[in-house]
Amino acid sequence: MAAARRRRRLWVLLLCGLGLGTASALALTAFQDNLVFFRSPSDIVAGAPNDGRAFRLGGLVEAGSVVRDGERARFRVTDGANTISVAYRGVLPDLFREGQGVVTLGRMLPDGSFAAAEVLARHDETYMPPEVKDALERSGHWNPSQGAAPPPSGWNTMQPAPAGARTGE
Amino acid sequence: MIPEIGHFALALALALALAQSVLPLVGAQRGEARLMASGAGLATGVLIAVGAAFAALLWCFAENDTTVTNVVQNSHSAKPMLYKLSGAWGNHEGSMVLWVLILALCGGAVAVFGRGLPAALRARVLAVLGMIAAGFLAFVLATSNPFTRVWPPAVDGQGLNPVLQDPGLAFHPPLLYLGYVGTAVTFAFAVAALIEGRVDAAWGRWVRPWALASWSFLTLGIALGSWWAYYELGWGGYWFWDPVENASLLPWLAGCALLHSAIVVEKREALKTWSIFLAILAFSMSLLGTFLVRSGVLNSVHAFANDPERGVFILALLFITMGGAFALFAWRAPALVPTGVFAPLSREGALVLNNLLLCTIAAVVLVGTLYPMFADLILRAKISVGPPFYQATVFPLALPLVLAMAAGPLMAWKRARAWPVLQRLWWVAVIASLVIALVWLVQGLPVLPALGFGAACWLILAAFVDVAERIALFSRPRAAFARARGLPRAAWGGAVAHAGFGISLLGMAGMGLATERLTAVRPGETILLGGYEWRLEGVRDAVGPNYTARHATVTVTRNGSTVAVLEPEKRNFPLARQSTTEAAIHTTWASDLYAVMGEEEGDRATLRLHHNPLAPWIWLGGAVMALGGGISLSDRRARVGAPARRRTAAEARA
Repeated sequence: MAAARRRRRLWVLLLCGLGLGTASALALTAFQDNLVFFRSPSDIVAGAPNDGRAFRLGGLVEAGSVVRDGERARFRVTDGANTISVAYRGVLPDLFREGQGVVTLGRMLPDGSFAAAEVLARHDETYMPPEVKDALERSGHWNPSQGAAPPPSGWNTMQPAPAGARTGE
Repeated sequence: MIPEIGHFALALALALALAQSVLPLVGAQRGEARLMASGAGLATGVLIAVGAAFAALLWCFAENDTTVTNVVQNSHSAKPMLYKLSGAWGNHEGSMVLWVLILALCGGAVAVFGRGLPAALRARVLAVLGMIAAGFLAFVLATSNPFTRVWPPAVDGQGLNPVLQDPGLAFHPPLLYLGYVGTAVTFAFAVAALIEGRVDAAWGRWVRPWALASWSFLTLGIALGSWWAYYELGWGGYWFWDPVENASLLPWLAGCALLHSAIVVEKREALKTWSIFLAILAFSMSLLGTFLVRSGVLNSVHAFANDPERGVFILALLFITMGGAFALFAWRAPALVPTGVFAPLSREGALVLNNLLLCTIAAVVLVGTLYPMFADLILRAKISVGPPFYQATVFPLALPLVLAMAAGPLMAWKRARAWPVLQRLWWVAVIASLVIALVWLVQGLPVLPALGFGAACWLILAAFVDVAERIALFSRPRAAFARARGLPRAAWGGAVAHAGFGISLLGMAGMGLATERLTAVRPGETILLGGYEWRLEGVRDAVGPNYTARHATVTVTRNGSTVAVLEPEKRNFPLARQSTTEAAIHTTWASDLYAVMGEEEGDRATLRLHHNPLAPWIWLGGAVMALGGGISLSDRRARVGAPARRRTAAEARA
């Protein structure tokens, strides 16, 4: 009995080790190829590495920048400091609107514009994607310590906050 | 007055739950029968109190009581009654009351149907359930009171998010919560067993119905949610590996593993410690899911927007529950003596493999779900993990799982031989291989869909072989019908559930061959897709009860005869200042014809057309899986507490 039990335990341990090993190996290799980074327009202008991999670009849809042509759409995404032109082929989500936060997934083209394969907007219309909020903070256009985000309609035309406000002093 | 009564009922429920978490436990330690018996009465009291609170909440929504903040934010007088009522749980506060109500229902069920349980075990289970209920009631009262008043009262409510005004989503949360909360009951059984220091076949027998029930409801809830995403969001897909979706998949995987390991506890008295661990894990995953969805830490397309205070509270609950349970586990688990012995190649061995693979899948899904959060906290890097990650990790693990799933039920307990099992499955393997080859030849080289079709055939036919063998369909066909009636329901349930998974796989493999086209067309123009001709007839204005819409008519024909008239809409809800996309779907069961309307420009309208082969089978398979769980649950042996523990213990010794 005892020997059989020990043998069984060994089997189970071996199997568990195998399972864990496989899982880690799978997860690690999959991570290398499939992590998707988020970049703001300022990151791109500041020379974020362009290795041809897909990444997420997020910010606000610049007012008056949306041009629709059949199933194609062009618009500009801004974080207040910098702007990137985006081309998208597809049906824009219901909550896509000028002056509102948006996250797009795609790749940079050689001409410095962004080809989006996916455009995400959320179910909730007052929602600002966390990355976009972060990008706005970093570009110095909104400091959460100074109150709530300005209304969506004004995000476009925001002036950079004074230098002192950036560090929250 | 009614909202105050509801609020008071919640507070009363908290007080009763606190008593329920202490008195029976003390009674069980001291062996005092009256204190132990108090658990049942207190659990009933909590159920009545929470039921009253929920009724009060429903009343507020039905009457459109605009002095209540929750109603103002989530309802409107012009809404149909179904959505007024479902609006009561279509928001964070109300859904938490529903959560607690279902938990109280489970406590009541243990109190009523658990009379066959030993008094001490029942008392301890009820005490643990009381603690969980107290934790969640405190959470509701402290951070998410649904009865807060607003002054001055609003003229009318702001309305429920139009996307949520759908029967699918009205019933999705209750089903999902029945699943989540069911894991709380298995957790309570596990903790009670740890306190008692004893797990035997009888414990496995008591815990399995709860594991089965919660798993079945979770299966239905997930299937319904995925179906809703498919037809309501208009994305044309069914699973996006979104963190919120993963949050319900994780307890499903753990519950599925527990369901199978509890069989081994019941039949062979082995895997006891492991089953206890799984029961704790499954509930931890439910709590983790609750935390992820409601704390706002996740960047998901459909997480509840929420404030950090709630997140911290749930995180504290999570740490106390998991920390406490795992500490108890580390302390008491060594006392649980293993008894059953089995060879690696046996039914038990197959179930261990199943558990291992399910847990490994859960582990990689967990890593993929949590990694972005930790990367943000620690590395300050904004990263997301998309479907390709899950495809690369989950598929290689799911394939051996599917292979083992078919062979496992055919193996003997304790010690099996591989050859007879393979002999019985060889023709199944041949058919599955032929199907793979056929898909390969006809469709070109889609590796994953081809494997999916093969795996689906393998599973469905193996389930058939399993039942056919048991009723001796081929060797003694005349007696087969009588034998089929005599076959234990649990055996039927297992086979049906496995076949259900096969049916879902069939649908997923079919979706792997889906095609879509996006075009801007003028009325009268025709597009070819999936062997059909899709013609846009025209676009017109339409008016609904609380929205206006642009309504397109698309005629789908094949070889000159009309197959379907699809009428996708783009609706605009002025009250919510929001628009929704209503996809038009025509199903032939062999495929779904799916049309979505986009923006219009001049006389051209953007259309997104999908041809989704076998799509409905995905959800049908989910329903069949849950049905299998239900059949298994109706087994005479699964009745809570029957037979009495002493007898089973004697049987086990004999």
